[in-house]
Amino acid sequence: MSTITALGRRRRNHELGLGVHAIAIVVGAYILLALASGPNLPPETPIILAATAGLYLVAHLALRRFAPNADGTIIPVVATLNGLGFVAISRLVRDSDIKSVHHLATVQATWTALGVAIFVATLAIVREPRMLVRYRYTSAFVGGVLLLLPLVPHPIGETINGARIWAKLGPISFQPGELAKVLLVIFFAGYLVDRRELLAEGTRKFGPIRVPAFRHLAPLLAVWALSILVLVAEQDLGSSLLLFSVFVAMLFVATNRPIYLAGSAVLFGAGALFAYKLVSHVRVRVDTWIDPWHQAQTGGYQIIQSWYAFAAGGLSGRGLGLGSPDKVPVAVSDFILAAIGEELGLLGTIAVVLLFLLLVGAGFRAAIDHPDPFAKLLATGLTVIIGVQAFVIIGGVTRLIPLTGVTLPFVSYGGSSLLGNFILIALLARVSDGASLAPQQQQPAVPVRVAAWDGVS
Amino acid sequence: MNRSIRLVGFGVVVLMLALVAQLSYVQLVRAKALNADPNNFRVSRHDFVHARGNILTSDGKVIALSKRVPDDLKYLRVYPYKGLYAQVTGFESLLYGATGVESSYNSALLGHDLSTVQSLLHPNTTENVRTSIDSRAQQAAADGLANRRGSVVVLDAQTGGIVAMFSNPNYDPNDLSTHDPAHARSVFEADQRNPANPMLARTYRELYPPGSTFKIVTATTGLRTGVVNLLSPFPVVRSIPLPQTNGRTLSNFGHELCGGTLVESFAQSCNTSFGKLALDIGDALTDGAHDFGFGTPPPPLDLAPAMVESQGPNTARGDFAHNEPAFMLDAIGQNDIVTTPLQMALTAEAVATGGRILVPHVLQDIETNTGDVTRRAATTTWRTVMPQPIATELNSMMVQVVNDGTGTPAKVPEFQIAGKTGTAETGVPGEQPHAWFVGFAPAAHPRYVVAVLVEHGGNPNSEVTGGAIAAPIARQVLQALLG
Repeated sequence: MSTITALGRRRRNHELGLGVHAIAIVVGAYILLALASGPNLPPETPIILAATAGLYLVAHLALRRFAPNADGTIIPVVATLNGLGFVAISRLVRDSDIKSVHHLATVQATWTALGVAIFVATLAIVREPRMLVRYRYTSAFVGGVLLLLPLVPHPIGETINGARIWAKLGPISFQPGELAKVLLVIFFAGYLVDRRELLAEGTRKFGPIRVPAFRHLAPLLAVWALSILVLVAEQDLGSSLLLFSVFVAMLFVATNRPIYLAGSAVLFGAGALFAYKLVSHVRVRVDTWIDPWHQAQTGGYQIIQSWYAFAAGGLSGRGLGLGSPDKVPVAVSDFILAAIGEELGLLGTIAVVLLFLLLVGAGFRAAIDHPDPFAKLLATGLTVIIGVQAFVIIGGVTRLIPLTGVTLPFVSYGGSSLLGNFILIALLARVSDGASLAPQQQQPAVPVRVAAWDGVS
Repeated sequence: MNRSIRLVGFGVVVLMLALVAQLSYVQLVRAKALNADPNNFRVSRHDFVHARGNILTSDGKVIALSKRVPDDLKYLRVYPYKGLYAQVTGFESLLYGATGVESSYNSALLGHDLSTVQSLLHPNTTENVRTSIDSRAQQAAADGLANRRGSVVVLDAQTGGIVAMFSNPNYDPNDLSTHDPAHARSVFEADQRNPANPMLARTYRELYPPGSTFKIVTATTGLRTGVVNLLSPFPVVRSIPLPQTNGRTLSNFGHELCGGTLVESFAQSCNTSFGKLALDIGDALTDGAHDFGFGTPPPPLDLAPAMVESQGPNTARGDFAHNEPAFMLDAIGQNDIVTTPLQMALTAEAVATGGRILVPHVLQDIETNTGDVTRRAATTTWRTVMPQPIATELNSMMVQVVNDGTGTPAKVPEFQIAGKTGTAETGVPGEQPHAWFVGFAPAAHPRYVVAVLVEHGGNPNSEVTGGAIAAPIARQVLQALLG
């Protein structure tokens, strides 16, 4: 928590101005959508406007109060992404023949409101990134448990759409992996900040190549093994890929040693080969990626329909409410960009990618500007999650890479995903707030020395 | 640390740029092919939930329009004149796709292609298709045929535009555009089972023997090859022997005496004279038929499905020297020769234009809702058939048919009609022959070309009855246009 600087004041004012744009885009899109089927303004327009503006204002005021110097682009970008997602979801459920999904837009709005609440709470509780170092092993434990929770037998673990990524506690179903990824980044950051010097220095020589000692490679191997476990046991290709790539990126940033990138590339290659040979789920995904037309009515159906949707949109799109995006299966979650691509065209999809690029830019800027290594690692990890997750799902639905089922952050339907991502950007805002205090002089990195087990100190 | 953070950031930027590249590839480069993919039902559904442009006659009658309806397909395609223009408009059906103008000018009716940069400058607006069909001629054709099976085609001799195109029996396209799939299916399946085949576009998709109307081709070929001139004498006989057949003969209709000069033989439609002419022409008849478009791919008519190909002399069975009787029968439009009413109109058009056949088309122009023309149908020559002097000779021979021959029922006082009658035997014993009339008017400066076919409308004993049945219909249609 810090007092507001001149930079912070400027950032907050920009944020307010950009907010007007974001709200105009979202509410405007909602109205356009309604106008596609009739000449009248939807009766709920004032409610949508009030809710969008209200939630934006809450997030904005929370930043003014708790992180006044944080980057001013985070909230506007997230609001635009989330709002476009909401419009796409309400558009999809509006035209659906299935009555039971008609309330999904309301549910998504509720999750967004809860997400903003948890965003505020996270900012209020985590006043300083370094606070989290103490909870690194707690995070590891809780994150690990959450990640593996779906594997607990029925009635807790549930297999939905082939992937075992759901957990059920009482009446609530959720994807614990969405929260686990944030906790694991906290753990990775805390762990690596402790060990980074050891990992960076410890070497063994193989001819001209300096290789880290095996015990320093152990954490990499452990995360790799965890990724494989997630892949094989939960059939969750997306989370597995995300987990591994985030850890590798953070390891590289912590040690500044390219050898870890090379090593993880080898591990990734081996893992991919192993998965392709032995995990049928993965083999199916790769085969339909290479040739979806061969099985157009079964495995390739989704991706072909997705391509048709993107193609139908062309450059400028059919126009909101004027396409048939409901023809793509699971359009509300994984394939939501196909719905956006059909109705808003290439201009719309590139806008979405650029919004992610802006968000990622803000994240890396915070990581670079923050003086504390833990905060740097934390911000890097969180940012890589956003970037890689967006890449994996957009690449998947456009057939750039094999399809792996993850949500498009802030855009897709899904409560767990929204909550996890709102916590994530609250932490990014927290790092960004601290970064702006000492952007010029880089303080020498001081490793934080704490007891091995936090919480007891 | 910052250096490696920047490197990681750079990596993420590369990933995002890869996404932009792939999105551009799918949404721009591949879009056209994907949208045209026949398995892509998304596009066909899109065609239905939006209003399409209107289809108009040249004189402004709306013959197809989209009407807002309360069901979830939003727009119903309506054909206000039911079957009258069905051969031109075709239909647009959720179950059975689209035919006719609905298919061939689909992109204009739907609006601009959305995948191009130009579409940003021109918002998504549907366009109207104005056909060259004249509602007076179309109505006269329908009235003239009344309940008889047959076809009427009228062409604009200056542009190649199709001015009327009607056939009986026909169907109501509203039954297929309906949003009630059960109704559409029952009508479609009943039509498919119906031996009268009402959905068949007889004017350009059904083949008939042309009978004596084909003598235009034979006479042209004879004159062009120089084996005959207008005054060449032919014996006045009832029949002539068919060589290579052990005593079979070729007779005139009703076994009448017929002959005289080429002009008289043409006016009275003497089979004996033209059978004899075929012996002089020989193999050149195949080339002559070819020149008119018999035995060649059909012209690119702007309707779907495409026009069918007419057949000339079948040389697969041997050349003239080995197959003289076949060539003699071909010369009078029987045996191998089969053709569409549209192709016979094109045949007469070659005479009317002074030697050229124009590419036929139903389009006049494509217009925006405010009436601005964005595309006009081009007049292009399909084939050049004969030099002007021979066309002039044929023109005078066809005038003679109407003034003093088998085509006198087509004679009107207001303007000069030129034409040729035909009574074509179907080859099925006991079936009445088809009655034909092809011609144009005014003979001196032809504006309209007409072809009329009445199925089984003739009398096997008289060439005159063919003219008596078909010629009055041609006369009525031309009077509707020129009167």
